[in-house]
Amino acid sequence: MDTHQENFHHALKFQYDLCIGCAHCTEICPTAAIHIEGGLPVLNPNRCIDCGRCYSACPVSAIYVEQDDFQTIYDYKTPVALVPTIFFAQFPEKIEHDSILAALHYLGFKFVYEVEESVGVLKHIMNEKLMNGDCDKPVISSFCPAIVRLIQVKFPSLVNNIMLVKPPLDLTSLHIKKHLVENCGILNEEIGIFYVAPCPAKIAAIKSPVGEDKSSVTGVINMNYLYNKVLRIIKQGTELPALQNDHRNVMTRRNLLWALSGGEIALLKEGRNLAIDEVHNVSAFLEKIENEDIDNIDFLEVRACDQSCAGGILCANNRFLTVERQKQRAAHSPVRVSKKFNELIQNFDYLADNSKVGKVQPRSMDKLDNDRAVAMQKMEKAFKINKFLPQVDCRICGYQTCKEFSFAVTNGVIGLKSCIFVQRLLNENNGISADERAELAKKTWGVQKLDINNIPDDLL
Amino acid sequence: MLLEYQVNGGDFTNAGSVSSNVKKMMRQLGVDSSVVKRTVVALYEAEVNIVAHAYRGVITVDLQPDKIYIKLADEGPGIADISQAMQEGYSTASVAVREMGFGAGMGLPNIKANSDILNVNSVVGKGTTVEITNNF
Repeated sequence: MDTHQENFHHALKFQYDLCIGCAHCTEICPTAAIHIEGGLPVLNPNRCIDCGRCYSACPVSAIYVEQDDFQTIYDYKTPVALVPTIFFAQFPEKIEHDSILAALHYLGFKFVYEVEESVGVLKHIMNEKLMNGDCDKPVISSFCPAIVRLIQVKFPSLVNNIMLVKPPLDLTSLHIKKHLVENCGILNEEIGIFYVAPCPAKIAAIKSPVGEDKSSVTGVINMNYLYNKVLRIIKQGTELPALQNDHRNVMTRRNLLWALSGGEIALLKEGRNLAIDEVHNVSAFLEKIENEDIDNIDFLEVRACDQSCAGGILCANNRFLTVERQKQRAAHSPVRVSKKFNELIQNFDYLADNSKVGKVQPRSMDKLDNDRAVAMQKMEKAFKINKFLPQVDCRICGYQTCKEFSFAVTNGVIGLKSCIFVQRLLNENNGISADERAELAKKTWGVQKLDINNIPDDLL
Repeated sequence: MLLEYQVNGGDFTNAGSVSSNVKKMMRQLGVDSSVVKRTVVALYEAEVNIVAHAYRGVITVDLQPDKIYIKLADEGPGIADISQAMQEGYSTASVAVREMGFGAGMGLPNIKANSDILNVNSVVGKGTTVEITNNF
């Protein structure tokens, strides 16, 4: 199946030759974007938010995350690695920061920047925006792209609450280009900025940015892939080049805590601010916000992964260890950095002027039809169907819930007889033959899984 | 489409579930999100009124392609002076209820502000009926 859509790029892809059609992905999806047909998952590209829960749930690693070919870094005279701080926290303590940086240079990167270098700048921009009050309250962070997409599809009335400001990734990237061109005499077209992504949502956001025409980043590298590459270089005792540039001196404690849960609200000067992580938690909370069941909140930090970016599905190591290492590094970093060392602060006006992103558009996934009268009929029909379904959500029909199944039946993509409970109520005299039963099962679960010849004789 | 929900007085924990359902259905119809928001706010407020003041109530939702009509009928103490209750800041809620963040005396005025048509009828000692209509 083609998961591409003109304006809505997805970084997660199914590898059908590996898929065993177990429907674990169907079960876990926070937007019910996946159902099973012919023994394989089918993705509804309008619902998928690239959160990656399916990737983690897949028992046979049949879901992969697309990335740019690593070789493309060599197409640029000045390849730059734009690395999130948590990348360094993936490595065991005994591996030194210097070795990791040197290995990145060895791989061909001329410069290594840490994504969160712009957090100090962003802090000012965010606080100013919150004081201006040009956003509906509570203001919702736009940092996590999976959550921005969740709001678009599931909570469309909250799109005006999203803070329209670029994340550290884009600000740092803007800075790098300006700095290298103006201060280092490097030509713009020679610079290739490669972002090391901890999750598919970030990749999707770069390939099709929401509220922007084009990302300032050149390409994307899967963090797990780069981790393995770097670790191998270090383990093999490769002779590494001397460090040419080191940006650690601009990293403050706050910058380092940004990617962890609570890191964003720690930067805010005032107000009642909450941090929520994990997509189902966020979803439940936004539901309450949308109902105005909870009010008087000024800012929401919302992230799709448990433990925020440390829990990104492309992270190589256990998220709790990552958090601990990151906190250790933060504890040993300065609270403040003098302006003269901080290229980014010197570039503040330029970054602030270019920090805004366009409006985020709602894309409700719930709408049943463009014609409201038709939508009404569909809703009534689905409601009638759902009322007698067992609500067991067994997924034997291939859909996540009985409710999702009732909409699929309403839309005519599957018959009511695909419900195993309905089948049990029917018999050969009143509607369904044994052959038809087998056919329906195969239609959902595929021919292979339901081949009676696969069952050993002595077990029957 | 006609739907009916039961609401129990004193059950603040579950207040809001009817609003969530109605919100989802309006969205399925493709109703403009500003109208969805108005309706959900009015309904939530009215639902909490039942929970805060009445013994029990029934919410009837009639969803049509061009409008939504919601009737909230409760068995409870009723409202003696409806025009007074329509004024902002007026509240009969107990201290305990206020401490939970409810009963700020914004209930009926807020419902009115978020409804196209609002009817409130009440019999003291019997109960209150609130009818909300919003056009799409």
